[in-house]
Amino acid sequence: MNHTLKSYFSKDTEAAPLAVFRIFFGFMMLISIIRFWSYGWIDKLYVKPKFFFSFYGFEFVKPIGEYTYLIFVLCALASIGVAVGYKYRLSIVLFFLSFTYIELMDKTTYLNHYYFISVLSFVMIFLPASAYFSVDAKLKGRSYQRIPAWTIDSIKLLLAIVYFYAGLAKLNSDWLLNAMPLKIWLPSKYDLPFLGSVLQKEWVHYFFSYSGAIYDLIIPFLLFYKRTRWVAFIAVVIFHTLTRVLFPIGMFPFIMTISVLVFFEAKLHHKILHSIAMVFRITKERFDSGQILHYNHQQPLLWFLALFFIIQLALPFRYLLYPGELFWTEEGYRFSWRVMLIEKAGYASFKIVNGKTGTSFLVDNTDFLSAFQEKQMATQPDFILEYAHFLKQHFESQGHQNVEVYVDSYVALNGRLSTRFIDPTVDLGKQKESFKHKTWIIPFKDEIKGL
Amino acid sequence: MKRLSFVGILFITLLLSCSTEDDVNGGGGDQSGFDRKVLLENVADNIAIPAYENLAARLNSLQSSTTAFTTTVSVENLTSLRTSWKQAYVSWQAISFLEIGKAEEISFRNFMNVYPVTVADIEANISSGSYDLSLVSKQDEQGFAAIDYLLNGIGTTDEEVVAVFNEPTTGANYRQYLTDVVARMVQLTDVVVSDWKGAYRDNFVNNSGSSATSSFDKLVNDYLFHYEKHLRAGKIGIPAGAFNNVPLEDRVEAYYDGEFSKTLFLANLNAMQDFFNGKHFDAATNGESFKTYLEYLNRNDLSTLINDQFDIIRLESAELDDNFSAQVRTNNTLMLQTFDNLQANVVLLKVDMLSAFSVSVDFIDADGD
Repeated sequence: MNHTLKSYFSKDTEAAPLAVFRIFFGFMMLISIIRFWSYGWIDKLYVKPKFFFSFYGFEFVKPIGEYTYLIFVLCALASIGVAVGYKYRLSIVLFFLSFTYIELMDKTTYLNHYYFISVLSFVMIFLPASAYFSVDAKLKGRSYQRIPAWTIDSIKLLLAIVYFYAGLAKLNSDWLLNAMPLKIWLPSKYDLPFLGSVLQKEWVHYFFSYSGAIYDLIIPFLLFYKRTRWVAFIAVVIFHTLTRVLFPIGMFPFIMTISVLVFFEAKLHHKILHSIAMVFRITKERFDSGQILHYNHQQPLLWFLALFFIIQLALPFRYLLYPGELFWTEEGYRFSWRVMLIEKAGYASFKIVNGKTGTSFLVDNTDFLSAFQEKQMATQPDFILEYAHFLKQHFESQGHQNVEVYVDSYVALNGRLSTRFIDPTVDLGKQKESFKHKTWIIPFKDEIKGL
Repeated sequence: MKRLSFVGILFITLLLSCSTEDDVNGGGGDQSGFDRKVLLENVADNIAIPAYENLAARLNSLQSSTTAFTTTVSVENLTSLRTSWKQAYVSWQAISFLEIGKAEEISFRNFMNVYPVTVADIEANISSGSYDLSLVSKQDEQGFAAIDYLLNGIGTTDEEVVAVFNEPTTGANYRQYLTDVVARMVQLTDVVVSDWKGAYRDNFVNNSGSSATSSFDKLVNDYLFHYEKHLRAGKIGIPAGAFNNVPLEDRVEAYYDGEFSKTLFLANLNAMQDFFNGKHFDAATNGESFKTYLEYLNRNDLSTLINDQFDIIRLESAELDDNFSAQVRTNNTLMLQTFDNLQANVVLLKVDMLSAFSVSVDFIDADGD
């Protein structure tokens, strides 16, 4: 075993797939940032709101007013650096930091896709992605055509985790037995030509549910084996195109589709690089040195990455440590590749009570939150608590006395009738945020079986 | 392999071309699904246009009564002017929630019915005789509530009111202001009505897609917004002090009249329920609606609950005083109870119905997972 591992970690492979991955990744990130900016989302999501929801422990990460644009500029510049492979290590570190900072500014905008980018760019910090076909290689006059095989495999592993865990998450009774939430989402796309009328049929909802789950579970394996790779790639393209057509998921389908190219053999990547070289008049041959890159201190890095991947594999299961239904409490829901999994809507009306006199008044959420923030807040207990704390502080600073904060909230999950979500008799101002179970969430009235 | 990938690419191109087509225009008209277009037609032809026409007709009567009153200022003409004002005010409640299209563009609701009005500003306008009612800052100096003040608030008795309008030096300015306020309401309503009867009707009906800017999505959002902000908060919650600790009796609708706030509330409540059920304006027929859409989605449970809740609100608010100012003074608990009843339907409409329709809350166009 030890011997096999050793020989695996000393195996080398062509660097071209990683170079192509680096170029496409940087390019897609640049496009994503430009797209985000051009839609006015920086202003709308990070400049305009008066209040931002923080991740527990990252309360210090906040937008910086108009200067928030500079973070996006930095992120865009870093992604260009990554794409062309100029000062690669610095570029990818800056990219990881700026991108992650942006994601941490307000958890309202949390998406698994964004988390994926953060995790991926973190791993890429440690990979020799600019060893070949990069500005760095040209400037240093030293190009490595071959790199350790595990470096590319670590990206494959990460992609496989994303897919496989997304599949595991679908193995629950709502998804498989009731075709929820696709039964809600698909019929509303009734105006799609050709697909629109098909999407009304119940068997189609089940078909999409099952094929989605099976796709997620087996696609990593199909991509891994050479014989099934092309079929798998076609499936990837069809799947992501469909999700793009059906759901508002932005750049993610493109990013995933491009990313899985890393599973292919170097021949394809050399072709791609050749085309790029033609367009930009680069002499590709100058990089074809035949040299092999070796890490100076590979052992500690491998241990570090091993630990990182163990955490990645374990983190999605942390929900088992919490009582209650995961989809309801969302304790341990994030950072677990639970993608497009539940239809949840809520309403939360806050009451500010003077604990001494008993007089009270209701809060108009639109005074403090954007429509998007209010929507996200209403279905997630950690948001509700953080907002309640904010309200307590706000009204105390306005001179209100003995401020207690109560919430009247209802949530509907996967087509069930809405029921009360948070205990209305609990003063949320007194509750502390922590990783412990939030006892003031009213338990889910139904049961969802499965993972 | 090459052939396979070719088939794949062909398939993608096909799908992508489908999705781009979708952005241009909603398809509508397929037989197997619920046809939102039929619902939109029902809204346009059987609810919006007749209700707006009715409002326009009532405002024309109001204008005639105003002319009669300003020509001959008398208690008798004041009484008939008040009647016209009340009828127009009630007809306004039937359609005030439909802030879409031209109405949205010109902030129709805010120019027609912001209350409370700012009396000092109205008096300043009258004494100076110069004002531009089209300014947004003047929204609380015009509309139904300004007329309420002019007809009921400037004197305690009818004779006193008449005396103000007849005052030799300042009376003319009062008469002019009343005339201008009414004329502006007539004119704004004409703009909205002629747009609905013109190009907008087809625009509205044909925008039957499922995007955030489709008529249906906007309609649902506008409906919820009105229900929450104007019916629940404006007419009941704010006067009851739900948002400020203390009851605010001067925040009721038709405050100066005193006896009309409940009538207006019930008119609006009925209009909201009728709209939910797709009831044709001033007729007993029902068409495609939120209710029938929920039924198509096998959510009869929900549509029944919503209608039941509307009935509960109406039933329990029957106990309320005709004069909401008096109600919050004497027994605010009852008013707060009405508020809670209204609130219960916010949950059903905004959480359950919105989720069942898979319609997103206004103006959220960020990416999803």
